[in-house]
Amino acid sequence: MNGSLYLAWRYLVYHRLKTAVLLVSITVILFVPVGLRVLVDQSSQQLTRRAIATPLVIGARGSALELVLNTLYFGTDDPDPVPYAEAIRIDTSGLALAIPMHTRFSSQDHAIVGTSLEYFTFRGLQIVDGRPLATLGECVVGARAAQSMGVAVGDFVISSPESVFDIAGVYPLRMKVVGVLAFADSPDDDAVFVDLKTSWIIQGLGHGHQDLARPEASAGVLRRDSTGITANASVEQYNEITADNLESFHFHGDLGGNPVSAVIAVPLDQRSSALLQGRYQADDERMQIVRPSTVMDQLLGTILTVQQFVTAGAALLGLATVATAGLVFWLSLRLRRREMMTVFKIGAARHTIGTLMASEVVGVLVLGLVLAGVLTVVTSRFAGVVARYLVRM
Amino acid sequence: MISISNLQFHYPSGDFRLVVPDLTIGDGETVAFVGPSGSGKTTLLNLIAGIIPPGKGSVTTAGSAIQIMSDRARRAFRIKNIGLVFQEFELLEYLSVLDNVLLPYRISPALELTGAVRERAEALVEEVGMGDLLNRYPERLSQGERQRVAVCRAVLPQPGLILADEPTGNLDPANKDKVLDILFRFASSQRSTLVAVTHDHDLLDRFDRAIDFKTYQSTADVAA
Repeated sequence: MNGSLYLAWRYLVYHRLKTAVLLVSITVILFVPVGLRVLVDQSSQQLTRRAIATPLVIGARGSALELVLNTLYFGTDDPDPVPYAEAIRIDTSGLALAIPMHTRFSSQDHAIVGTSLEYFTFRGLQIVDGRPLATLGECVVGARAAQSMGVAVGDFVISSPESVFDIAGVYPLRMKVVGVLAFADSPDDDAVFVDLKTSWIIQGLGHGHQDLARPEASAGVLRRDSTGITANASVEQYNEITADNLESFHFHGDLGGNPVSAVIAVPLDQRSSALLQGRYQADDERMQIVRPSTVMDQLLGTILTVQQFVTAGAALLGLATVATAGLVFWLSLRLRRREMMTVFKIGAARHTIGTLMASEVVGVLVLGLVLAGVLTVVTSRFAGVVARYLVRM
Repeated sequence: MISISNLQFHYPSGDFRLVVPDLTIGDGETVAFVGPSGSGKTTLLNLIAGIIPPGKGSVTTAGSAIQIMSDRARRAFRIKNIGLVFQEFELLEYLSVLDNVLLPYRISPALELTGAVRERAEALVEEVGMGDLLNRYPERLSQGERQRVAVCRAVLPQPGLILADEPTGNLDPANKDKVLDILFRFASSQRSTLVAVTHDHDLLDRFDRAIDFKTYQSTADVAA
């Protein structure tokens, strides 16, 4: 190693605490504005890409942002439900393809998305292992979800109970994994997909139990009369849908009244889109129709404003840090005057003394720059993960 | 050999004025500069070393005329031909004992740091009884140990001239003798000329000659 660089290195190592403090300060001040910019840019791209790919979303009146985030990113804040009949109404109107989305439930922090098969075609999701959904009680898992839960085709996924203290609440359903999706670099990678009816079974709106007409189920009969058979609490309910008990699963009431979190509408053309949007404009309308790209633009506008404030704050902080670091360097140079005089007397070359004097400043700045660069690259690589995490919070 | 003729020097500020009409110090000679503070001992040492250029007259060290050299040439000449020992040791706090001894080789392209130089540095440190302290930093050394390291640094390039500015000024009697022994031993083994500034008249009998700056006369060839 070059002599003066070696001395510079030894100086920085010997004064490691001071070097570390300066290094951290300079790294942070360089990284914050750049890293934030990279994070916002990449998150914006990811958010916008999925929003643009989703033409219209219909849901209950309320926060449009919450509705979009839940429908597109399966966020944890579940919007008020709308009846499934709305999806049927849109579909039968001939104006758009309606894809119902029921995102209320989860399994090990992965959203369970109850939907129709059209969703997979609409998002261009490919099954890399196994097959698509075919019957009740089956699920298809996203690539990251499969990895994180450690499941493959043939394994089982259990829905998480909504509250362990609610004895009247929803009981976990054990679902067989029949397919694993290819990596799509989207929130679909983290989801568990089930048929809409399966999600209603998870909710307790449909169920399967012993056939009370059979003699071996007599212990579960509370009352038997001309109008029918009433079960008591001891009747065995199934928490897994198998080929043997599939027939016993049934829904009470009209399916159209069952809830969905939202409906994705894919209009046939511009005119259909305009007509469909017009249907939800009435003041007394209990539902809203939103264009996700518009909602995301508003969100990103807010994020950009916040980013500008943060950047301005970082710039001010940066000035203070640079001033403090400058003072530290200046004092350090003054303290090293005697050292410089010694090496001058011994016979050091002029450039060596210059290098020695500049070593602390340049060394710390270069290291800070490198560290800030590394952090920016790391941020860039994980911006998508951060964006998804923030959206799901 | 050091040869000074008609040297006149004064600092731009102040009344101090040094005049040396004629002074010759032979190769391998050991000479002490004695005299009161402010009489110009250290200034003459700096003039001989080329740290400050002479105003008038000539200073010839090891056959090279200092007064005609450029600043760059004086630095290169100094690091190769002159070993300097300071009263305050002037070790770099952030370098280990070994790195301090090797310092001249790290700060000038005039000297090349090779494996042989490194081995010689280790041997020198061993010779002054600090072989097990090679990686220790100056803050954990005693005053005597620090000066021994400084002496090793000065003699490692095997200079023809060793200039020591009150090398024992900060040392207790035991360390004073030890450091002087080392300094004389190295000067003798390398056949180097040794010029030392000192206030300690008890040490004068160890030098070949003492030059008293009070009268600016060679008082005696004390050791001859």
